Amino acid sequence: MATALDQIFVILKHWIVGVLPAALQPLVGVVLSVVAIIATFPALFALTTVLERKGLGRIQNRIGPNRTGPYGILQPVADGIKSLTKEDIVPLSADAVVHFLAPLVLVVVVFLGFAVLPMGRNMQLVDMDAGLLFFFAIGASTELSIFMAGWSSRNKYSLLGAMRAVAQMISYEVPLLMSSVAVVMITGSLSLVKIVEAQNQYTWGLPHWYIFTPWGFAGFVMFATAATAETNRSPFDLPEGESELVAGYFTEYSGFKFALFFLGEYLGMFSMSGLGAALYLGGWSAPLAVLSFVPSWIWFFSKVMLSICVFIWLRGTLPRLRQDQLMNFAWKFVLPMTLLNLLVAGLWRFLGDGWMRWVVCSAILLIAYVIVGRAEMHRKHYGPRSYRYAE
Amino acid sequence: MTIVFWILAALTVASGLTAVLLKNTVHCALAVTGAFAGLALLFLQLDAQFAGFAQILVYIGAVAILIVFAILLTRGSETPQGGVFSRTWLAGLCIAAAVFAVLGWAVIRSVDALPQQAASPAVSVMDIGNALMGRYVLPLEIVALLLTAALIGAVIVAMHEKGDGK
Repeated sequence: MATALDQIFVILKHWIVGVLPAALQPLVGVVLSVVAIIATFPALFALTTVLERKGLGRIQNRIGPNRTGPYGILQPVADGIKSLTKEDIVPLSADAVVHFLAPLVLVVVVFLGFAVLPMGRNMQLVDMDAGLLFFFAIGASTELSIFMAGWSSRNKYSLLGAMRAVAQMISYEVPLLMSSVAVVMITGSLSLVKIVEAQNQYTWGLPHWYIFTPWGFAGFVMFATAATAETNRSPFDLPEGESELVAGYFTEYSGFKFALFFLGEYLGMFSMSGLGAALYLGGWSAPLAVLSFVPSWIWFFSKVMLSICVFIWLRGTLPRLRQDQLMNFAWKFVLPMTLLNLLVAGLWRFLGDGWMRWVVCSAILLIAYVIVGRAEMHRKHYGPRSYRYAE
Repeated sequence: MTIVFWILAALTVASGLTAVLLKNTVHCALAVTGAFAGLALLFLQLDAQFAGFAQILVYIGAVAILIVFAILLTRGSETPQGGVFSRTWLAGLCIAAAVFAVLGWAVIRSVDALPQQAASPAVSVMDIGNALMGRYVLPLEIVALLLTAALIGAVIVAMHEKGDGK
């Protein structure tokens, strides 16, 4: 019974495919999986917008939306109808073709990332040999769509936002990749399915998730930081800082194209959360051995929604960073720490079992964290900021 | 298989031609990105996953962005008034055609020279990793050193204004 519930979507898919003639089967199988992905994540997106608006409201001592439906849960329907019926304005001087293509490229590219995420036992669209590489290659392409949006709008704020976004995403892509490389080194595979399976083991009822190792914990913290910056979420939301740039790169978008950007941003959050869960939090595996009877896909989606809640919490709590702080943090603190983490992961691999490697690895990371952090703080001189180019 | 190849080939060639023929430099850069993507898909169609994804990651994720940044920062984004062709376009065309002819000749000849293989060899990402970390580790390190030197050089060139500025 538990296995049947665990594999319910896989069984359902096989049953539907089995009804059809043999010639159509591979095609229909793929189409079914794609439709499932395209239906599930926008539904989660609708849920998340309500969660975010209510949650932020509570954090800011407001009630949040409460007019549409009981407790305001029908708010996304109202939002959707609103964005569909609004006029689609394209600025006269804008580059019409590129302006039109940018949101489409963003959403298509972000959806592609879900293809390699294992969302449950045997639940992934493709099990690629180089799944992680695919994910990062696809993630790198979103920068281009943001640039297209910012440039084609012919608006200072849009272009500034796009330049900020691209600079930030390129800077944080390096630590993001580097912190994942440690996981690849330990697992010995780039396939996300294999990475999750390697973590799906238990000792004394406790899981072998990578976050419960010294290098894994350090890697997860840096991965989470870089992922927040990569998805342009607060406190790294300079590209769309309302107080400075109106809405950043999508200032000149209205109607459904605006909604597409919104969708793309949230889908990016979901795929990043899913990747973080797969790399460090054991993907679809249960947090305790006794809880293994709960279907694997429930665990995956709980982990994703939990990290979404953390994203919302961060947004409600932290102030926005300044551009120079953002860059200094990426290149002078996170990048050296990820490089050190690679060395520590190598040490962990070759020190063998036993308590020695726990002590050595934790000590190296802790000492480096304290020294690098202190040195950075020491170099800071607080006072009025000196500008190099603008006086 | 051949249908997919022809679609991808047409896409790549069309993007490449657009990149040469369009007037607006940013449009050209975006068209070049399309050509990069077509090339990556051709690699994937040949079952070369690593090469294909590396092509996307490096060329679309980094090189295209670099091109676009360079265009915007050097004020080259204004559309030129006259034609986009330089005066020596005929010579350029001849050289390009000659290079293409030599490459095509070499590729066609190599089919006869090599013994016909029954099946294409399956190369996994792990094999590539083992080769890079084992047999080819020295070239890899040399390339890494060279790139680091280039990076530091670029930073030094960019920083040199600080002393004589104020």
